Parts: sequence; structure tokens; C-alpha cells
Amino acid sequence: MSLAILQEATSLVPNLVGAGLIVIGAGIGLGQIGRGAMEGIARQPEATNKIQTAMIIIAALLEGLAFAAIFLGK
Amino acid sequence: MKETELRIITTLVFTFFLSFVASAEVSINDPHAENQEINPVNTAEEVKEYIQHHVKDTHDFHLFTHFSDGKEHHVGFPLPVILWGEYGLTTFMSSEFHHDDSGHVIVEKNGSRFVKNHGVIYELKNGAETVEFDADHHPINASKPFDWSITKSTFGILLIGLLMLWMFGKLARQYKNNAVPTGFGRILEPLVIYVRDEIAKPNIGPKYRKFTGYLMTVFFFVWILNLVGLTPFGFNVTGQLAVTAALAILTLIIYLFSSNKHFWSHQLWMPGVPYLIRPLLAIIELAGTLLIKPFALMVRLFANITAGHIVVMSLISIGILMQKDMTAFGSTTLSLVLAMFITVIEVLVAFLQAYIFTMLSALFIGMAVEEGEHH
Repeated sequence: MSLAILQEATSLVPNLVGAGLIVIGAGIGLGQIGRGAMEGIARQPEATNKIQTAMIIIAALLEGLAFAAIFLGK
Repeated sequence: MKETELRIITTLVFTFFLSFVASAEVSINDPHAENQEINPVNTAEEVKEYIQHHVKDTHDFHLFTHFSDGKEHHVGFPLPVILWGEYGLTTFMSSEFHHDDSGHVIVEKNGSRFVKNHGVIYELKNGAETVEFDADHHPINASKPFDWSITKSTFGILLIGLLMLWMFGKLARQYKNNAVPTGFGRILEPLVIYVRDEIAKPNIGPKYRKFTGYLMTVFFFVWILNLVGLTPFGFNVTGQLAVTAALAILTLIIYLFSSNKHFWSHQLWMPGVPYLIRPLLAIIELAGTLLIKPFALMVRLFANITAGHIVVMSLISIGILMQKDMTAFGSTTLSLVLAMFITVIEVLVAFLQAYIFTMLSALFIGMAVEEGEHH
């Protein structure tokens, strides 16, 4: 019974709303990564290259998630 | 040496000159060109349709359209269409469709009748005049032949493939005689070393040599094609889902076939966690390795490049759409400034996406070949 209600409720919400929520989450995540990397570089400027590489990898993974959400939600 | 660079520029200029000669011939010999009414891209709907048409793959190479002496002239050159239909193999040039994309110009070859509708070629059944669709967009009176055509993207891949073979073959030959490359090789050498030292070595580890060839090919292939996509010739190769899917599947095949025992033991029976959780982890790890990693590689490149193309074209179309609000001068200036700004960013994105694709491929390969610590 409750499952049927849940299905009916989710069918009313467009897929793009879900995609939008995921993109908002990814945006927050990207901000956190940028902040973390900047703080790391400010504390240890000699590790800039390593931090940048790690930052780009994590940002790319997160970006992939956001794109996958848009792609599947469309 | 200046000579080499000059030769490259001459070759490029010559190639495009040839294409223009071919295109001029097409528009002269095209009897349907005179019957077409003038329909420039003016309204928002037409701009939208034009952009959607651009990001897709096409069967001919269309450079631009001009409207001199009251007629529509398409400048571009045709590409070969290769089809495997009901009567076997059929080949003809795409110019036989006369720029028709609505399924009305019928090409008759070897007893088959072909029409092109929104970039897809259909083989008509007996008696049908144009392709018709049912509610689910399946053709009623036509079938889809197996399309092996040299499309715009295939042409771009072949062109860049040959260019890369020529450039890097030349660079490799130069090392036989002296340690320092000359000419264009001086630009390529630091990039090659960058991919080896910054991407392959730190991510794969001591076995990097075996995979550096693939990583370098992917890096330069994606990077050059991204950059070519920013020129006004209308290439959008790395923005085709099929191309990025093929690249992602190549990476998948490489890391699956080079994976070792240590990798699979961590995939299927993760040591160091409670026994009850291990099957659950195995499902998650397998889904990640077989599906999510290649899917992420594929979608990232496709979405970034396609989005970039759409943004650049939308900003250029400001110059057309906002003329009424801010005069021709104002709208053109605005679109020029914005488009130039975003194009500079796109040049950065072109490099960044090639870098990320190669970097993540190296990371995935590195995970598969990593040796466990011996206790």
C-alpha cells in the first residue's frame, strides 16, 4: 500500500527535479573541494602540484556524477 | 626549422582549398539548389534547430550557406555513404540527397530506395514515397539499413589519425639521428614527456611503460579533436556519444585484461572486512569496475564538449536574436565579447578534458596492475 503511494508520488516528480538536486549537491561538493585545496595550498605551498592533481581528479569524478544525473534525468 | 612549420601550414591550407574547390562544384551541379526558397536562420526556433543539428553527426560536410543572387548556396563537400541494406552493399555520395533532411529526396541504387530523415538514412519498402513513423517513432514503411558511412565525425577521426601518424612518426624518426628534435617536434616533445612523467608514471607505477602508448594516443587524439571542434569547420567528434563510448570501452578492455590476482581478490573477496559484508562489497566493486568507471569516462567527455559547443553557438546567436532590442551594432558587440570569452575558456576545457580522460584512464589501469604488499 505504502509502496504504491510512494510510486505514485515519485511518478509525479519530473526526473529533471532529481537531476537538479544532484547537481546542487555536486556544486556544494565542488565548493568543498576548492576550499580544501586552497587551504591545503595556503598551509603547504610546496605541495601545490600534488594537491592540484588530487583536486582535479576528485572534481572530475564529482562532475561525472552531475553529468550522469543530467544525462539520465533528461 | 621554419620549413617544417611552413609545410604543415601549406598542407592544411591546401586541404581546405581542395575542399572548397570540391564544394564549389557541388553547388553548381546541384539542380535542386535553385528550387529551394531562401530560409536564413533568423528566429529563436531556427537557431535552436540549427544548434541541435550541429551537435549531431551528419552525412555531408557543410561549411556554410550564402544567399547571394536570391538563391540558397550550400558550401561544403559530400562524403561517401556506405550502406548494407536488403539488397546488399550500396555506396553513393551524400550529395545525391541534395541537402534534403526531411525524407523527400529518394536515391535509387541497386533496387533499393533510400531517404534521409533527420540525419538517419532509411530504406523504403515498395510503393512508399516518404518515411512515416508510428507513435513510438519506429518507421512503418521503411527499414534502417546498416550504416557504415564515412560521416563528418568519421572523416574527422581519419584526418586527425593521419595527422597524428605523420607528426609523431616524424618525431620518432628524428630521435634516430639526434637526441634533440627539430621543428614542430620541439612543441610535441614536452607534451609527450608531460603525459609520461605527470600522468602515466605517478598513477600506474613501475609498469607504466606498457600503457604509455595508449595513454598518449588517447591524450593527443582527444585534445586535438577538442581543439578542432573549436574551429569554425563544424567538427564535433568528441561530442559524439559513440566516439567517447568507444574510447571508454578501450580503457575498460585494457584495465580488465591487464588486471592481476591482487586486483580481483580485492574486487570479489575484500580482505580485512567482516565476512557478511564481503558479498555486498563485491557487488558494489564489480558495478564500479564494469559499469560506473567506463560510463563516467564516456559521459564526462561527451557532456563537456557538447555543452561547450551549445554555449558558444548560443552566444554567437545573440548577435542575430537581439538585434531588435539593442541595434545590430550592440548585439554583435555583445555576442562577439561573450563568445570570445567563452571560447578562451573552451580552449582550457579542451586541454583539461583530454588531461582528465587520460588521467582517469591511467588511474583505473594503475588500480588494476597494482601489486599487493607482501606480508
